[in-house]
Amino acid sequence: MAYKNYILVCGGTGCESSRGDEIFRTLIKEAELQGVKNDVQVVKTGCFGFCEKGPIVKVLPQESFYVEVKPEDAKEIIAEQVIKGREVKRLLYKKDQASSDKVKIEDIDFYQKQFRVVLRNCGVINPENIDEYIAREGYTGLERALFKFSPDEVVEELKKSGLRGRGGAGFPTWLKWDLTRKAPGDVKYVVCNADEGDPGAYMNRSTIEGDPHSIVESMIICGRTIGAHEGYIYIRAEYPLAIERLKIAIRQAREYGLLGKDILGSGYDFDLDIRLGAGAFVCGEETALLQSLEGKRGMPVPKPPFPAIKGLWQKPTVINNVETFANISVIMAKGAEWFAKIGTEKSKGTKTFALTGKINNSGLVEVPMGTTLREIVFDIGGGIRNGKKFKGVQTGGPSGGIITEESLDQPITYESLTALGSMMGSGGMIIMDEDDCVVDIAKFYMAFCVDESCGKCAPCRIGTKQMHDILEKISNGNGVEEDLAKLEKIGKAMTKASLCMLGGSAANPTLSTIKHFREDYMEHIRDHKCRAGKCKSLVVYEIDAAKCIGCGICARRCPVPCITGEKKQPHVIDRARCIKCGECFTACKFGAVVKK
Amino acid sequence: MVTLTIDNDSSTVPEGSTVLQAAKALGIAIPTLCWLEGLGPYGGCRLCLVEVEGASRSGFLAACSTPVAEGMVVRTSSPAVRQLRAEVLEMILSTHHADCFNCRKNGACDLLDYCREYGVTKIETGRETRHHRPDTSHPFYNVDRNKCILCGRCVRVCNDLQASHVLDIAGRGQTAHVMADHDDRMGDSTCVSCGNCVSYCPVGALLPKPKVFPGEHLVQGRTRTVCGYCGVGCELDLLTRGNAVVGVQPAHGPANEGILCVKGKFAFQFIGHPDRLTAPLLRKDGQLVPVTWDEALDEFEKRLRAAIAKGGPDSVAGLSSARCTNEENYLFQKFLRAAVGTNNIDHCARLCHSSSVTGLSKTLGSAAMSGAIADLDLADLIFVTGSNTTETHPVIGSRIKRAVERGARLIVADPRKIELAGIADLHLRINPGSNIALFNAMAFTIIEEGLVPQAFIEARTEGYAAFAAFLAGSGDPAHAWSPERAAPICGVEAADIRKAARLYATSKAASVCYAMGVTQYHNGTNGVVALSNLALLAGQLGRPGASLNPLRGQNNVQGACDMGALPDVLPGYRKVADPAARAAVGKVWGVEPPEKPGMTATEIVEEALEGQIGFLYVMGENGAISDPDITKSMKAFEKVGFLVVQDLFLTETAALADLVLPAACFAEKEGSFANTERRVQRVRKAVEAPGKARTDLSILADLLGRFGLPLADASAEAVFREIAAVTPIYSGMSWPRLEKQGLQWPCPAHPGDPAHPGTTRLYTESFSRGRGLFIPVEWEAVAEPADREYPFLLTTGRLLYQYHTRTMTGKSPGIERLAGKARVEISLRSAQDAGIEEGDPVRITSRRGSIVAEAKVSDRTGDGVVFLPFHFAEAAANLLTSSDATDPESRIPEFKATAVRIEKAGPGTAAVGAGKAGKGR
Repeated sequence: MAYKNYILVCGGTGCESSRGDEIFRTLIKEAELQGVKNDVQVVKTGCFGFCEKGPIVKVLPQESFYVEVKPEDAKEIIAEQVIKGREVKRLLYKKDQASSDKVKIEDIDFYQKQFRVVLRNCGVINPENIDEYIAREGYTGLERALFKFSPDEVVEELKKSGLRGRGGAGFPTWLKWDLTRKAPGDVKYVVCNADEGDPGAYMNRSTIEGDPHSIVESMIICGRTIGAHEGYIYIRAEYPLAIERLKIAIRQAREYGLLGKDILGSGYDFDLDIRLGAGAFVCGEETALLQSLEGKRGMPVPKPPFPAIKGLWQKPTVINNVETFANISVIMAKGAEWFAKIGTEKSKGTKTFALTGKINNSGLVEVPMGTTLREIVFDIGGGIRNGKKFKGVQTGGPSGGIITEESLDQPITYESLTALGSMMGSGGMIIMDEDDCVVDIAKFYMAFCVDESCGKCAPCRIGTKQMHDILEKISNGNGVEEDLAKLEKIGKAMTKASLCMLGGSAANPTLSTIKHFREDYMEHIRDHKCRAGKCKSLVVYEIDAAKCIGCGICARRCPVPCITGEKKQPHVIDRARCIKCGECFTACKFGAVVKK
Repeated sequence: MVTLTIDNDSSTVPEGSTVLQAAKALGIAIPTLCWLEGLGPYGGCRLCLVEVEGASRSGFLAACSTPVAEGMVVRTSSPAVRQLRAEVLEMILSTHHADCFNCRKNGACDLLDYCREYGVTKIETGRETRHHRPDTSHPFYNVDRNKCILCGRCVRVCNDLQASHVLDIAGRGQTAHVMADHDDRMGDSTCVSCGNCVSYCPVGALLPKPKVFPGEHLVQGRTRTVCGYCGVGCELDLLTRGNAVVGVQPAHGPANEGILCVKGKFAFQFIGHPDRLTAPLLRKDGQLVPVTWDEALDEFEKRLRAAIAKGGPDSVAGLSSARCTNEENYLFQKFLRAAVGTNNIDHCARLCHSSSVTGLSKTLGSAAMSGAIADLDLADLIFVTGSNTTETHPVIGSRIKRAVERGARLIVADPRKIELAGIADLHLRINPGSNIALFNAMAFTIIEEGLVPQAFIEARTEGYAAFAAFLAGSGDPAHAWSPERAAPICGVEAADIRKAARLYATSKAASVCYAMGVTQYHNGTNGVVALSNLALLAGQLGRPGASLNPLRGQNNVQGACDMGALPDVLPGYRKVADPAARAAVGKVWGVEPPEKPGMTATEIVEEALEGQIGFLYVMGENGAISDPDITKSMKAFEKVGFLVVQDLFLTETAALADLVLPAACFAEKEGSFANTERRVQRVRKAVEAPGKARTDLSILADLLGRFGLPLADASAEAVFREIAAVTPIYSGMSWPRLEKQGLQWPCPAHPGDPAHPGTTRLYTESFSRGRGLFIPVEWEAVAEPADREYPFLLTTGRLLYQYHTRTMTGKSPGIERLAGKARVEISLRSAQDAGIEEGDPVRITSRRGSIVAEAKVSDRTGDGVVFLPFHFAEAAANLLTSSDATDPESRIPEFKATAVRIEKAGPGTAAVGAGKAGKGR
């Protein structure tokens, strides 16, 4: 029996954390209460991507795109749309506050330039239902790999597709598989790297949450191709929803005979297991991940030998990132030619990014390779918040560098980002505006690396700390010009000498900000000034007597307290005691508290 | 082979070599701090970076982990490389507590040396001061984490070579540090004190304790030699200052490959100990008084001639020493055979592996380890029975642990839950004295389940049919050696016996390691034969990784046997009864040895008790503690007409002597030892013997001269040449050859081609006697089973920290702190039944004596079994053991099973029945 309406509730982590699950449950309850439970099916899907406007609810067949939905709205959605067939206008996405027109989903700016391959099922299917995945061509890729293609042909297909590793380095996937396939040994493994750890990145998380079967299917295809019978998904324990959905997917796949012995009667055996990471960033590095998988301390080991020759338990192993795997199933289903048409000559397909920071439309985006940064920031992202000025975009998280205004028109490819002193990384993209301080940002990323360095190799363990200390000194206003030379010296030594790419790229944010914003550093050093007001030690809060009306809210909020003044008289901040917490600044409704 | 260019020099090295290895081959030194020979690349210190043309990333690669490639162009010391290294060094130095003036590592500190080489004198980038409290809790070494550079060497040695898994790195980034167990203090951890971490620490983070090892940091000399403790034969360097040994560093010998155990590393204080004998002592008016060598040897000669005159040559006997060199053992037996004219020569092998000699000689024709130690690396299964390997042969123990970690199976058959039992696939906790039942039942299973390699049986063995019939009960199924019959005897499940048999027989290559737990029974020979039957039946012999290995206990017990310090064989195991052998030896000596085989050590004691021994010459043995039933053996030593003891210290036996001759220890002499794998290795002199002490070799040379057999050249090398001349299995060896690396016998001389490479494994083509012989052997109960009066079975053995009668290890304060007193191991239930708690004094009484030891309550021993180490004179286990029950063939006493009773003793109680404490004390 067909339903009158289908209501899709976003089940991504972002929306879930904004009471998405409550919306889902309330919708079901309301449908029952209002006696229309047979008319409507409420489905929890994966991420719609438009996290800025979450929680998101989509109603079919009207294609109503409701944003910033609250559980309280459920009653109205059922009453109006399901019973009366009328859209709830106030919840519909609108281009701006003034407009009242419904915007078709395909016309929403945020989705305009996107092209969903990896996220094809996110926001479309119920990730906890294998049938919905199958209905969308799911497991047809596996079927082809099992019955239509030989392992040689699978590799050939991948080669034709031009797919490169989405973990950041861009190694041709077909070659990795081929090396592993040809490596001597009877026991081989497939490992999925789901240890997404960059600050601000959640592409892999959303992919698994929204479409876990695409990973399961691809890993089976990989196992079949290289001759492995066991696979592991190494996922951080901080992703409980993704883990849960993977578990459900694996269980369902087993029930359907897609995992286990004699898959689909092909005679091929393969099974999957999940291993939880304990939250070490370095375990996203493949050799460290494999060590951790073996139950050892997660520290990188020198390469070669590469995992393709000696990986998990010293056996040939394919280790691919979540996004890489998510591409495989669709390539196998739709064919390499279809895939190869997307993207640029050397960088095929699409890339997902987690767009965050000072941007209007933060969210999960997927664009064809070759899209420019400007398109992502200004067209998809809707530009900078509050009309501020764009300063830079950090790609590749703590391993990447800052990309500035003048490079915004570069098409995104593996090569172009590297040439810009940054890197593709796994796809975190943090937008900064004029209120961001590059010293502060460099310090933030360096602090992250100091904490996350495993401690094995000297340059990374020691160099990150030394650089962090110098950045701290500069941000405190105690820097001297030579410090910049020291930062460059240590940074370059770390880049050249570190064992793995954590240390090898840890200096990138610092080196690239020095390169592009040397003057900002010099302001901190020479003028003891932080233009953005982010470096606390350099900020001075003052009350503009002309604007202060003496309401006293600043004094009441001050935790020290160091603000004094008579009622209805201008107040004064005692600078000596001020801890620069900024409470007064945010409290003042009259703009009387100023940062200098 | 791959050809590459390093610093404009072309190098051709095997494929798979690293750039570091290739550079080394060209004599180019690349600095390293984390790299360790024998382990794979670690890649932590980043000091070995080199410039490689066309390399990805930055153009720099770590030499330690970069494999060579054809046409590769490498620069190891370009300005860019040197600058980068200096920058890395500066970083490392910035976190290191560079207290170089006060640091005892100064002079041997790799970090300091490299900083000098690279001109790193100050830190411009910011110093990181750490404030760890020094950890001084360990008896042998101190830990200063403020100096640690996290190179990871200690961690890797502890885990990957020593396989102890005590050390690891904890914490991330700035908090990363080396920890013991769960961040315990080192002294409270499970550290086994092997000291290998200390040996390889490149800086001063791990240093031997200054008070225990004074002068360890002021090394002037370094002498490569072989360890003087157990039979593993670890090569090591003695570090000397002046005439003092101040430290020990492991070497990469074939047996130890870079590691040592606690005794080899730390227990060297006996060498220059003030208690060393420095002058001959002669008993005058009941007191031992110092005399000159002339007077001592005059007395020796006079009393010996008198004894021969009175009772004939066979009233004279000599006990040689497994601690002395091959050359000394050779001269000792030559002295008795040629100068005195008796075959009454024996040594302590009588008490350890004599049953291996009698047993294996019958079945295989030769009694030594059939494989090499390194062969254990090739085994798929290791069967350890009656050997507490990790304590008695710790370095072999580590190798077994490593084998298990790389995937080899391990079966342990032992009454105690020894360390190896904890990692074994199967631990058969058999009752003492049930070996034969176990081995027979395993053999039964192999036949029953059709696992016999028929081709091997037919081609290589004899007696199979009779053996199979015997196992089947010789027509009477009730007598068949089924696991069901053996299970109650052994005290283990029949299913486990079957499982062990299956694992052993179906492994591609299985090695057996056994020791005293098989041999020291009144039917020890049969025990060895039963084990040999098992190995033959499964065809687990003569292949890489398939071997039968009696682990020899003392540094040169193999050599002492090789040299004929035995009553029935001449050097090279040629029978004294064989006229051809006697003639061959006689030709070199000028005198033919007597025909009649002499007395064994146990028989010598019996004869002495009867007053039949007129003169006994004891070289480096302490029978007063190590013999069974020492009340009796002490009495025997007292009854000897004239007792000469030649030793390092005034041992319990020396205290009974009429003449004491001060001897040099292993560090004070040149010579050779043969280790347990038949490998003859050079022993080199590092220091002079104290006072007037002399090497056993020079004393024996003097004595031979006095009895008309002077040596033309009394150097050890010349003696070795004579050994090679009369010992066929040694005939291809010479000191120049041994200089490079030890050789495993048989190493026969090849006429025209002198360089026989030695023999890694025996029996690859045939057994020493031709075909391997099956000899059916019946199980018998122990001679002294537990009964109502003596309800426990006492079994004896060694501890990791102590060695034999503690004459050497007892001089090391750290050893004494860790294992300074006798503790009796008793099971929890047995302890509860007897009202005994951990640490209580326990009285242990046998039919022969009674001693008191502290209770160590654990699950190591089973109920009804107690274990006592035999090291301690004050709680001498051998007051309890019996010398009545000896093996009829090998005369080995039953050390491993004595019926005793135990009770809680009052405080302050001590041993009784110790006989006389010694004439001179």
